[in-house]
Amino acid sequence: MKHLSIAHREALTNLWLAGPATLVMTLFIFLPVAIVAILSFTDYQFGAKSFAWVGLDNYSKLFGSTLGQRAITNTLIYVAIVIPLSVGFGLVVALGLHRMMDWAPWLSHTLRTLYFLPVAATLVAMSVAWQMVLHPTLGVVNQTLAVLGGAPQDWLSDRGLVLYTLAAVGIWQTVGYNMVLFFAGLVAIPPELYDAAEVDGASGGWSRFWTVTWPMLGPTTLFVLVVTATSAFRVFETVATLTRGGPAFASDTLVYALYREGFVYFKAGYASAITMVFFAFLLALTIMQFRIVERRVHYR
Amino acid sequence: MIRRLFSRTMSTFLLLAGAAAILLPFVWMLSLAFKPRDEIFSQQIRLLPTRPEWNNFIVALTQTDVPLYLWNGFVVVTGILVFQILFGVPCAYALAQRRFKGRTLVFGLVLAALLVPFHVTAIPIFLGFAQIGILNTYSALILPFVPTAFGIFLFRQFFSQLPAELFDAARVDGLGETAIVWRIAFPLALPAATAFAIFSVTAHWNDLFWPLIATTDPHLATPPRGILYFRDQESGDDVGPLMAAAVIIIAPLVLTFLLAQRKFTQGLAAGGLKG
Repeated sequence: MKHLSIAHREALTNLWLAGPATLVMTLFIFLPVAIVAILSFTDYQFGAKSFAWVGLDNYSKLFGSTLGQRAITNTLIYVAIVIPLSVGFGLVVALGLHRMMDWAPWLSHTLRTLYFLPVAATLVAMSVAWQMVLHPTLGVVNQTLAVLGGAPQDWLSDRGLVLYTLAAVGIWQTVGYNMVLFFAGLVAIPPELYDAAEVDGASGGWSRFWTVTWPMLGPTTLFVLVVTATSAFRVFETVATLTRGGPAFASDTLVYALYREGFVYFKAGYASAITMVFFAFLLALTIMQFRIVERRVHYR
Repeated sequence: MIRRLFSRTMSTFLLLAGAAAILLPFVWMLSLAFKPRDEIFSQQIRLLPTRPEWNNFIVALTQTDVPLYLWNGFVVVTGILVFQILFGVPCAYALAQRRFKGRTLVFGLVLAALLVPFHVTAIPIFLGFAQIGILNTYSALILPFVPTAFGIFLFRQFFSQLPAELFDAARVDGLGETAIVWRIAFPLALPAATAFAIFSVTAHWNDLFWPLIATTDPHLATPPRGILYFRDQESGDDVGPLMAAAVIIIAPLVLTFLLAQRKFTQGLAAGGLKG
């Protein structure tokens, strides 16, 4: 070590500190991304000795077949339901609990804890619980419906209903998380702004909301929207636990299809194409986020 | 005055109704976990059991593999967290407090890695693990999560707020860079480390996707994978013990949340995009 120059020793130190992390990132993130991109143009199957290039066949199969289209549209429908309702309920609950802080802080605090519980609880275990809640005969939902004179429903095995049931569970799971983020945003709004708005004539609840609260929540809302969208696109646990994409692929989604084609049917090439499409959706979402941040949210 | 009272009553009522909907699956799960068999299979709605039946928990803990699942979850989650910190913290320190060639490149890689959801890398990692024959081991469950762009990012943010003089002083005292990382920088970053630990532990305790792919051996099942084995075997007869198992599996994280709410919420909020 004595003969090494200071510059060399510094370089070795840097390599020692940053090298291992860079190596594992390359090995487990960047290399796999490159491989999955290449595989998506092949007909490779797990365990096969060889493969052939098939060009865009996997992609045209995904976008051209009924099954592939269904996975994509199901995911989009799911996302389109979960985003507005989960973000909307999150905001409304946060507003209510924030106002409640003025006269019943303990109740507001307790309710915040309750709303956040689904975020902390293991989703697969809770899905097993949901399965019993929604059980056709033993579930509390159908039992209550029967008492009220309504018709019991097959929440998880009715083709027309199953996707909405999953979306409801998705909303149930994420609303508390969004509420907590909105609540933090509300607490951060300086009270002087409301006084100023009142001087300017905005005294009613609605005008206060539109002149102060909503604009000040801008950055929070954007963050919440992106987080909700990303997690909705990744929906997997509830599908795998409650429906396995069924009945008749009525609740098949992109990530579940990727799992099924890749790891149940071992079609690595086709599953890689699904992966790439899923990845493209999420990247587009991230780019959109950067664009909006640049343009609209200028008052940090 | 009356208007305010009315609006408070209305909003409280709605918030309570919402909370009831949120609580519904928890209440039903606990209720079934404490109900004796005949009450579970009765068509009458009874939200609470007439007498608590502890036997379901005893069955879940002694006659099923639930304790093994918990142990597996503990091993995997701890392994992932330890390696993430071991690899990530020195890198974050170098990025924040040292100037070197390639620093921008490494930080660029961290930012790029943040954009890649784990699902995207699953197929090649599965192929690689099959090739070297480590599927169905703890290593297969731990290794893919060792690189943590989010962790490096979080620790780097924290380290760059620390004054450079602090580290210069340590160097003058004769401390090597490795010692500086672990004896000065890391202890100071404990708040960031706690937030990161909560995020990492929650994410991997709850993960189903990768355990479903990387293991087929029930003896390696993590809690979410394990409860599905249990459910698929029991064929509708053992609802009580199944719900007891669900309660046991969610208990560690829920209790941590209830005891350390602020920390827990912060950790998950920070991890939002990588959730």
